[in-house]
Amino acid sequence: MTAQTEIRTTPAWFSNAMARCRNLEFVVGITLTLLLVGLVLLAPVFFPDGGESINLMARLAAPFAEPGHPLGTDALGRDILARIATGGKVSFVVGVYSSLGAVVLGTILGLYAGYYRGVLDTIVMRFADIQLAFPFILFAMTVIAIYGPSLERIIIVMIVTQWVQYARIVRGSVLALRERTFILAAKSYGQSSAKIIFSHILPNAMGPLIILLTLNIANNILLESSLTFLGLGVDPQTPSWGGMLAEGRNYVQTAWWITLFPGLAIMLTVLGLNLLGDWLRDQLGKSVQ
Amino acid sequence: MQQLTFLSQRLLQAVFVTLAVTLFVAFAIRFTGDPAVMMTQESSNVTEADLAMIRESLGLNAPFHVQYLQFMGQLLTGELGNSFFRGPIKELIGSALPSTLLLAATSMVLSILISIPLGIVAAVKQGKWVDQLIRILSLTGLSFPNFWLAMMLVLIFSITFNVLPVSGFSGVASLVLPSATVAIVLTAVNVRLVRTAMLDVLSEQYIMVARAKGVKEFWVIYKHALRNSAIALITFFGLQFGNLIGGIVVVERVFNWPGMGSLALDAIAQRDYPLLQASVCILAMLIVIVNLVTDMAYSLIDPRIRVKS
Repeated sequence: MTAQTEIRTTPAWFSNAMARCRNLEFVVGITLTLLLVGLVLLAPVFFPDGGESINLMARLAAPFAEPGHPLGTDALGRDILARIATGGKVSFVVGVYSSLGAVVLGTILGLYAGYYRGVLDTIVMRFADIQLAFPFILFAMTVIAIYGPSLERIIIVMIVTQWVQYARIVRGSVLALRERTFILAAKSYGQSSAKIIFSHILPNAMGPLIILLTLNIANNILLESSLTFLGLGVDPQTPSWGGMLAEGRNYVQTAWWITLFPGLAIMLTVLGLNLLGDWLRDQLGKSVQ
Repeated sequence: MQQLTFLSQRLLQAVFVTLAVTLFVAFAIRFTGDPAVMMTQESSNVTEADLAMIRESLGLNAPFHVQYLQFMGQLLTGELGNSFFRGPIKELIGSALPSTLLLAATSMVLSILISIPLGIVAAVKQGKWVDQLIRILSLTGLSFPNFWLAMMLVLIFSITFNVLPVSGFSGVASLVLPSATVAIVLTAVNVRLVRTAMLDVLSEQYIMVARAKGVKEFWVIYKHALRNSAIALITFFGLQFGNLIGGIVVVERVFNWPGMGSLALDAIAQRDYPLLQASVCILAMLIVIVNLVTDMAYSLIDPRIRVKS
């Protein structure tokens, strides 16, 4: 930023490389996401046994040590790759359903809170205060400790705690939009409030929502795996990435592959979604930040 | 006067949040069943009279609001009653809370020391390859499941190279891996916050004035810009405290760290609900207090905030 750097012009090849770097972010993000989604969707085709076949002769086999087990086997001789492919379903189901639930609930409440203000607005903002002071893990621990772990309960707990973020964003957009000329024009035409909210305000608030949704799916995949790892998530009988890591923890010293690969699967999935979210944020411009 | 209203508003808000969280936890835990039955589930030949006596001694015959008020009184006075199986809760928390705070403080300091220089570089070189690299590193850090990162660090440093202890708490060396795990994930967030705060300040007019006066770039950044972004940074870091505690609860389990997370998870495993209730509420209250202090510090340091609010 000094005078010298001002004079020095950026070479064209360099700015092209930067633009390509942004595209690379998209390419890597979408590739990782599609690769893992594909693996999980095609799991029943490639691994019809669902990673459940026990082979005690081949237990704790290192990657490529036994034919047909490229990522090795676990303590019961079950194929790690098959279990990763099958277990990913839990992560994606939790990530997608919880985020969709939260975005729908949060958007509706945020739209009405921002448009009408009043009591609803106060309630939404007070919920935002609570959410800030009560980490998801603590809330989930309390609920799961009492009602017991299950897939549905995790999804519900996520929706209950996360709708607020969407409501706050939408509320902010509505407050910024509601005095704009095109909204006043729609009002003076005599359009109903519901019509104004859903067909004029909502489309203009979509950008930030889509970014948050992408990042939210990623984050919830992380949270689900943490809960399952702690024994507060899905049933240990169901193959899941967090569950595999909890089992593998006992064998870290002797069989590192049991913990390495499921963790990598989580990380690459989340990284793919984070890259996509970041790329989207960039595409939709600075106003979104 | 304005400041007074702002502070009292924040105080009211903190009280409201505390009430909401403790009420929720107390209410939810009431639904778990009869504590008297749960306490005696291990022992045989328990008579109805024994159960009645336990209920009476735990104060379970009182209506919910009386029990809740009692619980709040206990929280405020620090007399937390007894856990089902492990004696006075006060002593359990008294030994677990410092461990958690130690881990939280170390990770936070570590993360700030790394994220401030990186964030400054990213902001100053905005759009250049260093900025891109830091952004990609930060995104990668955000994608780690913290408990898996913990296990991988154990695999590398404790098992392969055998330089650091695997778990437990035994002096400074045992603090390295847990705080590194928490700090890596925290830094991924903090770097972006520092970058944003610096970019905001760097576009201010007084920075342009400083440059026009011929102040060296180094001093423009470290004296003029960093000092002015410090206020925003305090708030950002303070508001991370809830996230920090959430992360620590999970990481403690991997390292068998004797903190509040382990205490709460053990309480869940043993169905020790008074202990769970107390530890969750104390962590939540701690977060409320840190957020409140952050906000107050913010408004005391920077008069502009008071006017805006």
